[in-house]
Amino acid sequence: MSAPNSEIVGTRLKDLTPGAWLGRAFGVLILIVFALFFVVPLLWLLIAPTKTDRQLLLEAPFALGDLGTLLSNWQSLMTFQGGLIWTWIGNSVFYCVAALVITLCISIPAGYALAMTEFRGRKLLLVVTLIVMLIPSTALVLPIFLELSAVRLIGNPLSAILPFSFYPFGVYLTYIYFSTAVSRDLLSAARLDGASEWQVFMKIAMPLSTPVIALVGFFSFTGNWNNYFLPYVTLPGRKAPIQVGLAELLSNVPAFNPTNAASTTITLSALALATLLAIAPVLLVFLFAQRYLVSGMTAGGTKE
Amino acid sequence: MSTIDNSAATAAVALERPKKGMSIERAQGRIGVLFATPYTLFLIAFGILPALYAIYLAFTKKGAFVGFDNFLKVFKDYRFWPAVEHVGIFIVVWLVLLVVLVVTLAILVHSIGLRWFSGTMRFVYYIPGALAGASSVMLWLFVLDPTVSPVSWLLQALGIESFVGAVDASRLPIVLAVIAFWTGAGGWIVIMYGALNNISKDVIEAARVDGAGPVRIAWSIQIPLMRKWIAYMVIMSFAGGTQLFVEPRVLAQASRGVVGQDYSLNQLAFLYAFKQNDFNGSAAISLVLLAVAVTLSIYFVFKGGLFERA
Repeated sequence: MSAPNSEIVGTRLKDLTPGAWLGRAFGVLILIVFALFFVVPLLWLLIAPTKTDRQLLLEAPFALGDLGTLLSNWQSLMTFQGGLIWTWIGNSVFYCVAALVITLCISIPAGYALAMTEFRGRKLLLVVTLIVMLIPSTALVLPIFLELSAVRLIGNPLSAILPFSFYPFGVYLTYIYFSTAVSRDLLSAARLDGASEWQVFMKIAMPLSTPVIALVGFFSFTGNWNNYFLPYVTLPGRKAPIQVGLAELLSNVPAFNPTNAASTTITLSALALATLLAIAPVLLVFLFAQRYLVSGMTAGGTKE
Repeated sequence: MSTIDNSAATAAVALERPKKGMSIERAQGRIGVLFATPYTLFLIAFGILPALYAIYLAFTKKGAFVGFDNFLKVFKDYRFWPAVEHVGIFIVVWLVLLVVLVVTLAILVHSIGLRWFSGTMRFVYYIPGALAGASSVMLWLFVLDPTVSPVSWLLQALGIESFVGAVDASRLPIVLAVIAFWTGAGGWIVIMYGALNNISKDVIEAARVDGAGPVRIAWSIQIPLMRKWIAYMVIMSFAGGTQLFVEPRVLAQASRGVVGQDYSLNQLAFLYAFKQNDFNGSAAISLVLLAVAVTLSIYFVFKGGLFERA
């Protein structure tokens, strides 16, 4: 087989045969085309709020608008139904932060218990956690809705916060972390020195678990922030988080709903700005915490 | 009677009088239970009870057991099988896209010697993962509308003249698959890249010395060794794909009814609960979807080979 030898890790370009060089260039070309595919929509979203709808329609897609237009788009979005967008964003922050705190308070100890202690039912709990973790969270949305409406919690913030706080993947990550990164001998040594189980956890395990706390925190927060289906069914109207609110905004955009007779309307540029605001927190977390997130995703499956 | 009680008590006392090692073990067991309990309660309340309640609702009507009536009613609904078909076609298109492109891109990125370039590419692929749910669909509404799209030339080349044309029934599964791919592929590329890094360099080097080219190495060594991870991706994506909801819902809202309110199974289950006030029918559909997800999940936990120690 005389296929181009483009795959060589760290080979210098000048050492390649012409065929190999072509193969390699083709590979790089494919990578760049896909990079554009992934990044172009986001770049456009950063630019769109600086333009008017007319500019969006007529000008080149990546021509910049100006700051004044951005401000007026901002104004029109902020005045929409008396600043409803801030209510939605506030709701999102409240639900996600509350869920984050509960998630950490229950997941970290549970992962520790699964990894470092022996108790009856441990194995069963671990297997059930694995199974539930692999079920897409949307699969349980309608059953959870039916359950919550049976106990009359629909419309109550708890109907988002409590289900958001159940995060088996977080427990699993913590379990993996403690069983691989923290040695049992260390804990045993502390016990022999007379430390109680509680002290062992608080004084030894907790200080070592900062990375996994950060990891579980990131995943829980971003996942809940982006969750649409559950709050859509349990928290309608003014109690909705921003993801649900965003879809709500859409019905006030005449460009997508020409028959809509709503008195206040949202322009396309303002909708783009709202989308940008809705993703901003998670995007920032992603940009600054990418390394953490990446290592965590790989840890999610490997268990060496 | 009392003697028996007594001896049981003495036995218990005897058991409780331990050597030092025993008591540590028991203290551990106690703190283990204490630590696992709050989570276990959440697991029951939001993992197990909802499923049991859905089972109860699906097999009853007004509290009376009705066997499979709710399921039969749902299966006879004229909207059910088209929804199955929509979701099925979407999943096939999406899985093919995912497997072919994620594996290819991961191998290509991995083959790049320049570290900054490879790192930048992975980062760029991964960023859209920050967007999920409504916001990613919202962004794609703009991308798919030829009047404002950053790639309107491409849409026009594909013969798409309007937003409604872009979400036409014949194109919709592809559009949905592209949106899902855009959001999720980067994460999988990063995971596959990690799997490729775990393949020993000696094996690759030996193959190269034997005259294998990059395509041959990818096909005969790298892809077989990534098999577990590819299976993981396929099973997770299949389970996730059956749950299709937010994408067609937002598109339905934006396309003036071109995309149906009942396009996917979850949308239909939603309509049963919210428009027809038929919680039993809704539970029946949810249960069918949940059964698929649980089956895949159990299969993968026990056969997938990624969780051996569990």
